Amino acid sequence: MNENLNFHRRGELADSAFRYATVAAGGIVLITLGAIAITMTKRAWPAFDKMGLDFFTTSRWAPNDNVFGAKAFIFGTLMAAAIALVIAVPVSIGIALFTTQVAPTKWRRPIVYLVDLLAVVPSVVFGLWGVLVFAPSATGFYNTLHDVLGPIPGLGNLFGEASSGRNIFTAGLILSVMITPIISSLAREVIDTCPESDRDAAFALGATRWEMIRGSVLPHAKGGLVGAVMLGLGRAMGETIAVALVIGSSANISANLFSSGDALPAVIANQWGEAEGNYRAALIGLAVTLFAITILINVAANTIVSRSIVKTQGAR
Amino acid sequence: MLSTKRRSAGLLAATLSLALFAGACGDDGDTTATTPAATGSTASSSTGSVASTTTVAKVDVTGTLAASGATFPKAFYEVAIEAFKKAQPKAAITYAGGGSGKGRTDLQNQVVDFAGSDGLVKEADKALYKGGAFLYFPTVVAPITVSYNLDGVDKLNLSADTIAKIFQRQIKTWDDAAIVAENPDAKAKLAGPITVARRSDSSGTTENFTIFLNKAAGPAPGTGVWTLKSGSTVEWAADTQAGNGNAGVAQIVKDTKGAIGYVDYSDAKAVGLKYASVKNKAGKFVAPTLDGASAAAAGATIKDDLSYDPLWADGDAAYPIAAPTWILVYVNQTDKVKGETTKSFLRYILTDGQKVTTSVDYAPLPKVLVDKAIAQLELIKIPA
Repeated sequence: MNENLNFHRRGELADSAFRYATVAAGGIVLITLGAIAITMTKRAWPAFDKMGLDFFTTSRWAPNDNVFGAKAFIFGTLMAAAIALVIAVPVSIGIALFTTQVAPTKWRRPIVYLVDLLAVVPSVVFGLWGVLVFAPSATGFYNTLHDVLGPIPGLGNLFGEASSGRNIFTAGLILSVMITPIISSLAREVIDTCPESDRDAAFALGATRWEMIRGSVLPHAKGGLVGAVMLGLGRAMGETIAVALVIGSSANISANLFSSGDALPAVIANQWGEAEGNYRAALIGLAVTLFAITILINVAANTIVSRSIVKTQGAR
Repeated sequence: MLSTKRRSAGLLAATLSLALFAGACGDDGDTTATTPAATGSTASSSTGSVASTTTVAKVDVTGTLAASGATFPKAFYEVAIEAFKKAQPKAAITYAGGGSGKGRTDLQNQVVDFAGSDGLVKEADKALYKGGAFLYFPTVVAPITVSYNLDGVDKLNLSADTIAKIFQRQIKTWDDAAIVAENPDAKAKLAGPITVARRSDSSGTTENFTIFLNKAAGPAPGTGVWTLKSGSTVEWAADTQAGNGNAGVAQIVKDTKGAIGYVDYSDAKAVGLKYASVKNKAGKFVAPTLDGASAAAAGATIKDDLSYDPLWADGDAAYPIAAPTWILVYVNQTDKVKGETTKSFLRYILTDGQKVTTSVDYAPLPKVLVDKAIAQLELIKIPA
């Protein structure tokens, strides 16, 4: 009995050590994030101080005039990421459903392997392919789209004339290829966790395959799927070199998806080398802005997800 | 990029000139160890420098130097560093590039031993340099071409005003009256829309190109056509095409009929682009050549700190878009070995290094500037 007690006490010790270790691990993330936010903001301060709110609400970026307005870059970042999501999310979830629910078992592995292989391609390769191969040949295709969709009111504004293949749409397209493996592989994992019993129950009730997926798999996977999409979005907004090469690099806000623009990380990468003083502070300010936007979007997404989970599965 | 053949030719020239190097570094103020050099005084005089012909000695330097900065002269510095290493096997120098701004920031924070910069330091920024006062050493000069892609037009004349209007998208077609007026012979071939190619990254090349436009076509005493001012990044119109690096702009010009862009001479030549003759301050249309760049440097006024501006310089033969570049070094060196190595390397660049410039498509500095720069070496203070 004495020995048992000793064992128990040792267990308690290990337990509290384990607790502290995990708290520390979690804390490190928070501390790192906080430290990054503080030091970056401090370094960006000369630019924020000079521009005030204009830093976020104006779009004139003229380092040679000491004027820094990031609105066009925020717009470009969000626009390219939105295009990427619109294309990549249906495709990725389609791939995930196909590989887990539809495809014959012997096909699943090779398909999964091929899609995952996309994630291994370095982003600079996507960028160079985009700028050297895709963009030069895409101009004609974009202008055909413009001819077809241009006269439609509303849509016509989005599909304007393309003066080159290096534009926001190309950036979004390349981003969509880059985030597809991320979203689809996470989505696959999430969908796989749907209990066999739930699926069998749906089939037993006479559901078709689509009804089973809609009724059993998707509600179960909802939270995880949004999480997968958020990771993809984070990747799309932070992607630097591929976007820098194809987006066209001009501080331009236009509804036309085929016009050149610029994105926050691309501007930093393109202009860092020559930047000094306030200019450098302004570029760091862009990084802070990107950081803040990413956090805002993630928080918003998490709130939406937890609400929808409460709705479909009840409070936990 | 440079072909291997040309690069190795440059190396050969550099190696050959090493024999001459011995004489050139002889008059180092704080010579510690001296060994007689075989080449003798004739070598010194043939370098064309002011190096003393009486002290013939070779100082072994052993420092390891780190440098960063302008990418525009990087190809030249790499060749020069390789050649310098042959003369000073114990010295090691790495030049990391990264951009003029990065070089200047690195020097400010004393993380490099010297910095390459295409532009001068702003008066307001001088206080940021933690190591105190610094010196400018001009190294090479090179033309920036206005390259174009037009079938059947092998010679194109452009004035600064016309270039300014083209790059500001005020002239959008090749048959515009302003272009035709400067090229009456090519009138029949001047047709189609103009595509303007410019840099997507901020760059010393953009800065020098826009300084030229600002001087020649900007606010008074210029003609007032150019309104974008000058800088490493300017507010280009949204319908211009952005390429990454000189190579990226060259690629756009090469691939697009009717395109025009500013590209440094070596990249334009490597890609095989056609380039325009630009009207200089004396009113002559001059094609971009290394001689034209040297002439521009010779026509520029040299200030006491060795800053000089070869852009829009005087002289009939001067090509008006010749870009300067400098190496920035602190006056007060903190480390004896490193200081001596820096000084020795600078001396090499200003003497024998000048001879390998053309092999990598840079123009050598005019003699008057080289002489002043060599004299300025004596201002570098090395701790005992």
